[in-house]
Amino acid sequence: MHYPIIPIKVQEIDYGTPVSRLGTDAEPVTLTIDGFEVTVPKGTSLMRAAVDAGIQVPKLCATDSLEPFGSCRLCLVEIDGRRGTPASCTTPAEAGMNVRTQSPALQKLRKGVMELYISDHPLDCLTCAANGDCELQDMAGVVGLRNVRYGVGETAVAGITGRHHLHLAHAKDESNPYFTYDPSKCIVCNRCVRACEEVQGTFALTISGRGFESRVSPGMDEPFMQSECVSCGACVQACPTATLTEKTVIELGQPEHSVITTCAYCGVGCSFKAEMKGSQVVRMVPWKDGKANEGHSCIKGRFAWGYATHKDRLTKPMVRDKITDPWREVSWDEALAHAAGEFRRIQGTYGRDSVGGITSSRCTNEETYLVQKLIRAAFGTNNVDTCARVCHSPTGYGLGQTYGTSAGTQTFKSVEHTDVVMVIGANPSEGHPVFASRLKKRLRQGARLIVVDPRRIDLVDAPHVKADFHLQLKPGTNVAVITALAHVVVTEGLVNEAYVAERCDPKSFQQWRDFVSKPENSPEAFEQVSGVPAEVVRGAARLYAGGGRGGNSAIFYGLGVTEHAQGSTMVIGIANLAMACGMVGREGVGVNPLRGQNNVQGSCDMGSFPHELPGYRHISDTTVRSQFEAAWGVTLNPEPGLRIPNMLDAALEGSFKALYVQGEDPAQSDPNTQHVAAALSAMECVVVQDIFLNETAKYAHVFLPGASFLEKDGTFTNAERRISRVRQVMPPLSGKADWEVTQAFANALGYPMHYTHPSQIMDEIAALTPSFAGVSFEKIDRLGSVQWPCNETTEEAGTAIMHVDRFVRGKGRFLPTQYVATDEKVTRRFPLILTTGRVLSQYNVGAQTRRTENSRWHEEDRLEIHPHDAEERGVKDGDWVGIASRAGETVLRADVTERVQPGVVYTTFHFPESGANVITTDSSDWATNCPEYKVTAVQVSKVTQLRPMSEWQRDFAEFSQAQAALLAQAHAVQPEATR
Amino acid sequence: MSDHDQGAEPTVVRLANRIGEFFAVFPDREEAIDGVANHIRKFWEPRMRCQLYAYLDGPAAGAGLSELVLAAVIARRALLLPQS
Repeated sequence: MHYPIIPIKVQEIDYGTPVSRLGTDAEPVTLTIDGFEVTVPKGTSLMRAAVDAGIQVPKLCATDSLEPFGSCRLCLVEIDGRRGTPASCTTPAEAGMNVRTQSPALQKLRKGVMELYISDHPLDCLTCAANGDCELQDMAGVVGLRNVRYGVGETAVAGITGRHHLHLAHAKDESNPYFTYDPSKCIVCNRCVRACEEVQGTFALTISGRGFESRVSPGMDEPFMQSECVSCGACVQACPTATLTEKTVIELGQPEHSVITTCAYCGVGCSFKAEMKGSQVVRMVPWKDGKANEGHSCIKGRFAWGYATHKDRLTKPMVRDKITDPWREVSWDEALAHAAGEFRRIQGTYGRDSVGGITSSRCTNEETYLVQKLIRAAFGTNNVDTCARVCHSPTGYGLGQTYGTSAGTQTFKSVEHTDVVMVIGANPSEGHPVFASRLKKRLRQGARLIVVDPRRIDLVDAPHVKADFHLQLKPGTNVAVITALAHVVVTEGLVNEAYVAERCDPKSFQQWRDFVSKPENSPEAFEQVSGVPAEVVRGAARLYAGGGRGGNSAIFYGLGVTEHAQGSTMVIGIANLAMACGMVGREGVGVNPLRGQNNVQGSCDMGSFPHELPGYRHISDTTVRSQFEAAWGVTLNPEPGLRIPNMLDAALEGSFKALYVQGEDPAQSDPNTQHVAAALSAMECVVVQDIFLNETAKYAHVFLPGASFLEKDGTFTNAERRISRVRQVMPPLSGKADWEVTQAFANALGYPMHYTHPSQIMDEIAALTPSFAGVSFEKIDRLGSVQWPCNETTEEAGTAIMHVDRFVRGKGRFLPTQYVATDEKVTRRFPLILTTGRVLSQYNVGAQTRRTENSRWHEEDRLEIHPHDAEERGVKDGDWVGIASRAGETVLRADVTERVQPGVVYTTFHFPESGANVITTDSSDWATNCPEYKVTAVQVSKVTQLRPMSEWQRDFAEFSQAQAALLAQAHAVQPEATR
Repeated sequence: MSDHDQGAEPTVVRLANRIGEFFAVFPDREEAIDGVANHIRKFWEPRMRCQLYAYLDGPAAGAGLSELVLAAVIARRALLLPQS
């Protein structure tokens, strides 16, 4: 089926200034511009009003992503009754104004300004990387510049060569792998500096020097790579000339068409314009009409897409009988017939429930839905799970129990109305950078901030951002802290009684109130356990409950909440607190899980959990099940299936023998690596579908090549429940998109599937899932995105804010949250607590970002350790240290820092050879078995060997080498299909 | 199969006890028993529930299960033990 692509112009309209600060629904004012009457919201600039009237006022320092600056003197206009020629970017439209944007006087002024600019600009336009996308060149054309009286560059006029900056072309800064800085082409418009401040909030750029010496400078006149720059690229996008330019544009030239798609990294789900030449990506530019990101992006989304065409991509199906055998490249038919034969053989021998599969939070909704359908309908078992098991499954449980549905309550934009922000167990600057930029913008406007985190994360003390309270708790004591916060709210009379009386279940509220009021739940009682001074807890509780200046408090949380033995209890505690303070159900408040992967929300929505059909409906519900049975033409098992850790346990017990894994890498991402490896080794058929030979694929018998997000159509659902389109910009390298592979697998198993386009899969989802009833590709294409629930009871584009008049479950339900210390207790043998996290430049297991230049920012995982703990162990910064837990041991280089508190060490898990998950244990959340990645009791000791490796690391290196050799043989062998 | 240092106790015992810890604080005893039982019924695959009952009915007689969990699995056997 052919699906129409909506072409988007590469160059969009630039309105020059942002929408009115007073909002689009501010009082309308009518004025006349060049004789045309135009009506705009009060507070709109004349420049923007002119665009509404169809007129582009010349400009250089203005662009609609930045506040007006008024420095370039090109956008001058004349206004009846006013003296002089005010800048249209900084002059607000007023009712009755009569404005002229063009007159002989204005033309002369602008020409004079351009003459000065061009006198100090190289005229290598034909060979310049910005050729075709240079606002300076455009403006020279617009003002009719025909002659530069002062000469250009080094030309002498009347024997005089003026001063200029052209020699700076030799001082190009190429340190950043993704863009260059050529100071000779800078017109000092400040757009890059302002983008870094206003949009990104990093404040890495400044103008150094004065007058003629003024130049853009990262940090203190440092190269970009040595500065605080986080390479978000906002400056490059804002630059009107070739001063800051993507290296891909320098290499490839200007794109000729563009396609709107959705980023495949974190759960923010940024909208991007893939700017293309044919099927080659030239650059990714965040789309300003994308509602999740509104034109901003981070280093990963904008720059780290080169993995899609990396040489490690595998594009041919492969099979082997044993994992010690060489791989053999085969045809699609042979690979799928082999996999299907094995699954049927295994089910025949060991029973129907001896097989299962894992859906991917990196794949589309349609692909995820199809995999769970394959497992439930074609395999005939409910042994389906998804990687959300190991990240946000407690969110599903906790919010489901209290509010009635498993999703964040707000849009990201809602934070613009928040007065008190509480960030718990999340590090948005690293994990959700585009949301962090929004958040910092609001904080710079005066919103107050509470951070609950064992580490001193960036937000605690960032440029122009400072936390009012940092609850630097010991890892594993979240529930003690949230219960103590609730204790303060209840015992100090801070409960929003009217809200609770109207909207919450009274019996459960009373039980909760009695529970949290107990003296043993006071901040003082928990001080010893959590390490947070009681006064800090009390202050934070008062601030949150009061909602600051405007009365709106919002909670944002991450995996530091969920990945604990009491992850679900903590989510419930957060939900309780927000309800008690009346902070759910309107703009600016809410409970917002920051999702790890791009489609975690979607993969959960699509019925990936073993106990739930799409739309979070339990498999034991006969009515729901019979709808699916009718649509799918099968009888479904009413019993819940195995979750990932249960599958692994069952594999070791001998009752689980075959696994189909799409786009996931449990061998690296799941805890207790040696346990996972043993379980995978115990299976008779492991089928891995991925774009690379990932760690799990090293244990696989069948490899099915996957497609990157650039190669397929579908939808992703971000943390705001926003469903956006993923659009194909290049054909799948393997010839098949992932949904086509799953479909072919189903057909090989004898279960017929005949979709010809992913839109048909979404139609099926919509028909079977009430919260998705109004979703279709046609509607998403028309509206840009929709937010579920989206059906006949909601707005056409769905629901921006949830639980507005009532909770989804009816009355909000409170549950008591008893603090229980984790089994991962420190002992004499393991006296430190290891907690894990992420860095900005790398993504999850790193399979994608490690294959890009992003590794220049983070080329290895290191162990953060406090100076006290380091000194006690004789460890200096950069030393190799062994980290041992009851599960295993690994060796990393130490980073001695006060970001962590004494007694706590921290690392990331982006490189497989680091073995971070060799150390993490099988301790897991009581309700969902989400692993406790955030708390592991460890010992750290200095390692003095020459080439230090733990035993596991040596085995790993050996195993990886052997597997690489087996892969190399696949290429050496003539493929059967072509024989 | 677990490498957890708990002797002969199957993993399900530890998993069940953790569920019990959440519901133990409920003031209404029946609600707590239902909480534990319904959670296990909703989220545990039949072979895990079988393991739990095999342990309960075996020589260990459920030793190591917390008081609440023991009460719940005994009181809700019909709900929890898979047929067949």
